[in-house]
Amino acid sequence: MTKALLALEDGTLFTGRSLGATGEAAGEVVFNTSLTGYQEILTDPSYAGQIVVMTYPHIGNYGVNSEDGESSRPYAQGLIVREASAIASNWRSEETLQSYMERHSLVGLSGIDTRALVRRLRDQGAMRGIIGAGDTAPEQLIEKARSIPTMAGLDLAKTVTCRERYGWRRTAGTPPARYRIVAYDFGIKQNIMRQLCRMGCDIWVVPAQTPADEVLAINPDGVVLSNGPGDPEPVTYAIENVKRLLGRKPLLGICLGHQILGLALGGRTYKLKFGHHGGNHPVQNLRTGKVEITAQNHGFAVDPNSLNLNQVEITHMNLNDQTVEGLRHRALPAFSVQYHPEAAPGPHDSNYLFQEFMASLP
Amino acid sequence: MPKRTDLRRILIIGSGPIVIGQACEFDYSGTQACKALRAEGYEVVLVNSNPATIMTDPDLADRTYIEPLTVAAVGLIIARERPDALLPTVGGQTGLNLAVELAEAGLLDKYGVELIGAKLPAVKIAEDRRLFKRAMQDIGLEVPRSDFAGTLSEAEDVLELVGLPAVIRPSFTLGGSGGGIAYNAEEFREIVRHGLALSPIHEVLIEESVIGWKEFELEVMRDLSDNVVVICSIENFDPMGVHTGDSITVAPAQTLTDREYQALRDAAIQIIRKVGVETGGSNIQFAVNAENGRIVVIEMNPRVSRSSALASKATGYPIAKIAAKLAVGYTLAEIPNDITRKTPASFEPTLDYVVVKIPKWAFEKFPGANSTLGTQMKSVGEVMAIGRTFKEAFQKALRSLETGKTLAAQKIDPEKLRENLVSPSPDRLGYIRYALADGMAIDELYELTRIDRWFLQQFKEIVDMGNLVRRYSLATAPHEVIRQAKQYGFSDLRLMQLFNENGTAAAVTEDDVRQARQAAGIRPIFKRIDTCSSEFESYTPYFYSTYESECEAAPTDRKKIIILGSGPNRIGQGIEFDYCCCHAAFALKEAGYETIMVNCNPETISTDYDTSDRLYFEPLTVEDVLAIVAVEKPDGVIVQFGGQTPLNLALRLQKAGVPIIGTSPQSIDLAEDRKRFGKLLARLGIPQPKHGTARSVGEARKVARQIGYPVLIRPSYVLGGRAMVIAYDDSALEAYVNSAVEAAPNHPILIDKFLEDAFEYDVDALCDGRQVVIGAIMEHIEEAGIHSGDSSCVLPPIQVEEKYLDVMRKYTRQLGLALKVRGLMNVQYAMKDGVVYVLEVNPRASRTVPFVSKATGVPLAKIAACLMVGQTLRDFPVHQELAVRSCCVKTPVFPFIKFPGVDTLLGPEMRSTGEVMGIADDFGSAFAKAQISAGTFLPERGTVFISVNDYDKKNAIAIARDLADMGFSLVATKGTCQALLASGIAAETIYKVNEGRPHVVDWLKSNKLHLVINTPLGRRSFYDEGAIRRAATQYAVPCITTLSAARAAVTGMAALRKHQLTVCSLQEYHERLVRNGDLSGLASNKGMGIAKQNRER
Repeated sequence: MTKALLALEDGTLFTGRSLGATGEAAGEVVFNTSLTGYQEILTDPSYAGQIVVMTYPHIGNYGVNSEDGESSRPYAQGLIVREASAIASNWRSEETLQSYMERHSLVGLSGIDTRALVRRLRDQGAMRGIIGAGDTAPEQLIEKARSIPTMAGLDLAKTVTCRERYGWRRTAGTPPARYRIVAYDFGIKQNIMRQLCRMGCDIWVVPAQTPADEVLAINPDGVVLSNGPGDPEPVTYAIENVKRLLGRKPLLGICLGHQILGLALGGRTYKLKFGHHGGNHPVQNLRTGKVEITAQNHGFAVDPNSLNLNQVEITHMNLNDQTVEGLRHRALPAFSVQYHPEAAPGPHDSNYLFQEFMASLP
Repeated sequence: MPKRTDLRRILIIGSGPIVIGQACEFDYSGTQACKALRAEGYEVVLVNSNPATIMTDPDLADRTYIEPLTVAAVGLIIARERPDALLPTVGGQTGLNLAVELAEAGLLDKYGVELIGAKLPAVKIAEDRRLFKRAMQDIGLEVPRSDFAGTLSEAEDVLELVGLPAVIRPSFTLGGSGGGIAYNAEEFREIVRHGLALSPIHEVLIEESVIGWKEFELEVMRDLSDNVVVICSIENFDPMGVHTGDSITVAPAQTLTDREYQALRDAAIQIIRKVGVETGGSNIQFAVNAENGRIVVIEMNPRVSRSSALASKATGYPIAKIAAKLAVGYTLAEIPNDITRKTPASFEPTLDYVVVKIPKWAFEKFPGANSTLGTQMKSVGEVMAIGRTFKEAFQKALRSLETGKTLAAQKIDPEKLRENLVSPSPDRLGYIRYALADGMAIDELYELTRIDRWFLQQFKEIVDMGNLVRRYSLATAPHEVIRQAKQYGFSDLRLMQLFNENGTAAAVTEDDVRQARQAAGIRPIFKRIDTCSSEFESYTPYFYSTYESECEAAPTDRKKIIILGSGPNRIGQGIEFDYCCCHAAFALKEAGYETIMVNCNPETISTDYDTSDRLYFEPLTVEDVLAIVAVEKPDGVIVQFGGQTPLNLALRLQKAGVPIIGTSPQSIDLAEDRKRFGKLLARLGIPQPKHGTARSVGEARKVARQIGYPVLIRPSYVLGGRAMVIAYDDSALEAYVNSAVEAAPNHPILIDKFLEDAFEYDVDALCDGRQVVIGAIMEHIEEAGIHSGDSSCVLPPIQVEEKYLDVMRKYTRQLGLALKVRGLMNVQYAMKDGVVYVLEVNPRASRTVPFVSKATGVPLAKIAACLMVGQTLRDFPVHQELAVRSCCVKTPVFPFIKFPGVDTLLGPEMRSTGEVMGIADDFGSAFAKAQISAGTFLPERGTVFISVNDYDKKNAIAIARDLADMGFSLVATKGTCQALLASGIAAETIYKVNEGRPHVVDWLKSNKLHLVINTPLGRRSFYDEGAIRRAATQYAVPCITTLSAARAAVTGMAALRKHQLTVCSLQEYHERLVRNGDLSGLASNKGMGIAKQNRER
């Protein structure tokens, strides 16, 4: 078993065993508290530039299959687990996590005290880090970790978005299309498409930098602003496009898409200490008072004090830390949530938002 | 929504005695509910028949009724107390069923009592399989194909539909009593017949078998605003076919993808909404086909359950407490999470560790019982362990079980191996381990066991690690190997065995392994249970050990005491000891100490993070306790309250430098060492029955003849009367000694003179080393020969002369001082022909402590804890002997109904699982209440069957005469009948089983007998008598096997006929003691708050 190391920018070192591909992986180290769904997490483009620590110690138990990916390949830079399963046990499994990671050259680390690491990230905030397999000199790794660009100010959407627009292939058994939707791909998760498809939508996925006019030329019934990695502020092109689409087409923003809508509405965003990554965050719908358990994955948030509340309504709030979880334009058909109504992984409590979006379509 | 202000007084129903399927988890849930509701300002009226519970402590409710859990008794309580609402969901199936009965009897409507938590229709849907099935179909969920049958021929029609194997479940029985899986037509008919007889409505459900499917449970919470959260998922290691109470279970689920898990979560939310459970926790069980993922719903419990207790401990989310708050109107978002303080209860806990529960069985107590596990629960307790990996948690759980089993090395025949892998039993784990060590492939093992490959892989990794360790001796083992083995959960003891199996070096001891390990810097650290995988800071010191880098224990520098708990419930060591441990924690906390609890039983109140200042959920072994002591550095460790489990550790802990407080381990040892103890008694001039020790058949015969038959024989290390028998002659003696010597060649056999027809007494007392206060002298109702835990007893004694009580008082004082007891002690006496003998002394808390505390209003265990930290009896307002101003009867409850075919005759081996208490002003009423609470409904009219041995005939006549005078018809076997007729008592002869038909069992089966009095006739008619007693158990006819119990029953029946039973609260009884000046210095309602008062003085 090959030895591997994690070096953090603050000089902390964790020594464990290499998992998946050998080599180095650098990125912002974040933790995810989901008990299930590692395949969805690894393939979620929002994790671009990040090394994910799973807080649940046993990862890989049910293997990897060809149905549950959120994109065609892993986007996370690296994976850190307490213990990776040697076998995959599930009727849908097609390969072990180990072989999947090797096949995709995904670097991982196992056998470390992940809880100690998570507590460090919780107390110090998300940190840059690097996984090195083999006999890498620790000092060198720490130096390298310090040279990784910080997440703040980083436009990662443009690195993960599709090169050209494409139509989402409808699967058998979905209802006939009633609507045409354009989805901006800032790092879109496939389950957003699957959900919309199930509700009778034809979906055109377009690159992040697609100008508003091109979107309008498709003549969609509504536009989805997808999730994605990185800091929303430098994604100025998207903010501008959204400003132009606002009021002309119903908009639904998810995660990064929510932050971009917030910025387009004149708000500001800020970086959270260690972000929200998991499937158990309670969010209150301030209109109904009901609480939904949500899937979350974000490191930035919309500052409520930056919003013009005459124009924008805060619709959802995180009950753990009172951060903004949802917005709605008071007059125009545009709303967004910071969390993931498409789940995958995570609870399905917020699925109703897709229905609300459908209802907002002409 | 804020809490409701239209409710003032709320009734909570407990779950009654500890039985298989319903243990102290409902004391835990009920106590949490009481505390939560009172904290919200509601008045709580509590009823439970089980005195060994914390919930029946008089300071936990405004009114506490230790009364039978029947419509009649609770109806009287409702009429007296006029509660506004009834919370039916925290008292197990018993509490829920009783609430339904009260509603159906119209009592709730009559007195305007509202059901909160779950309304009647919701309970009906969840409980009635027919309605439940329809409800599931309405929301598009599948259930196994099934139908009901009320007769055997209907059952055979249903079988056509579902096919074999088929699952049979009798309607409305506890813990699936009387159910089973039929693989052939004959078996099918047998189980259906049994099930129909057991079902109170004579109905069974026959169901498509989903045996071998994966089994999952979800714990769901809902509030009045229809918010739903899933607290915990649990995966059963044993696939479908084994009752979940008998399954090893693991939290969280291990082998489901997110899609599959979310499908279960969606279904669970739909189900709780459809069934309409308004608020609180529910447990929903699913089966998932491992081949294709098909999901079927198995059942839903619309109440907190054994699994929700487990889920609470596994996650740190207090389900029952939150459920109580939801029931009075709060929403989840309004309730804070105690552990993080800053986040609300409306979230789903996430774990960064693995939790494993393993059941504990007691088949050794029930020879002849079928130990195959099926749909009827048979385990008597469980352990839980927490580790960072499944392997670690599993191995910690195994050592928590205290089975003391060493692994057998002998070869197992392949045919036998396969059989034992296919058929689930308590021993299956051993066979799996053997198969893996023998090189069986995981796929083959999976085909045989249907245990998920992932679990089998974990086992394989454990076995492989064991093989790796075995390659070394302690001296040659690389530190990295030892560290990894420790991370895999190997105990030092197991490592010692492996090193010694290697055989290349001199044998090492467990201590050697520990020292070498510690010298290499390999020590456990402690991590916190925090509900959130450390996403938020936690404020609750709830720990488990593991071998990693960062320790989160953060011990304080306060004065602190560690209390060692009692481990898994088992027969002979149950809730009573947990009660004492909790009381020690309460008292020492009040006295200003930091209290630290160590225990591994998820059902208990001691493992509630609210009970002590700090909780270590750890196995009770020397290794695990020493690790905690090393971190905490306590001022004292208490071993006296947790029964035999911590006592067994005492000497070794003391040797390792642990400050054991209370009675010294040397004194405890002295009391257990027969030779030294015999000398002490001789010195004090206290008689004890003649006795001797033997190591061979020859020696045993010599000893027995010397002291004279009958003799009581047992192995030298005894728990709960384990393996004790009474021998009347050489042949019985020899048979026993032969098998005992074979089983444990190194342990001597103890032989005592058996005092036939003696009366037995239990004395609980407090001693501070200088003074002794008698807590109570209890008189056993059954004569000597029946284990004290299995005998009913009465406080105060009713038939002994005062002068003999004085003798017992004197002896108790002498013994307490001689043994330098600091804390509690229990002495068992026998009295025969005017001589009081000491049978045994236990310088520790006994099973009867909670019973005595309820009767006297004085919290013995709390005072004892204070004595251990240096206070004296003079600091407390207790003198000489505690008073009782009522008649209190304690009656045991037996699990025979779960073990068909097992003889119900009582003996020196303890077999009861729990106890109830009856309180009244006269013995008859108290006894009758206790019997009713124990489920024995003494008849007020009808036919009594009497069959007694010659020896008992004389005494039986008086009893028969009383029965006849009360208007009972008497039937008797020939000999007994002649004796009755000769004394002028009308009786009819009835056939014994082998004499012709219809015989007595036929009469029982046709419900023509209402009471059986049958004293054993000796070996010859054993089969016949066994058949009578078994039939009586099966047809729920009270069956009395001793004349003294028959006498008590007759007194009870007379009381039942004379007047209606009344109910009275514990607070009122204690008020009586206050009025009499018995408790001067103790405020009655806060009677249990003694330590605090003392401090204030």
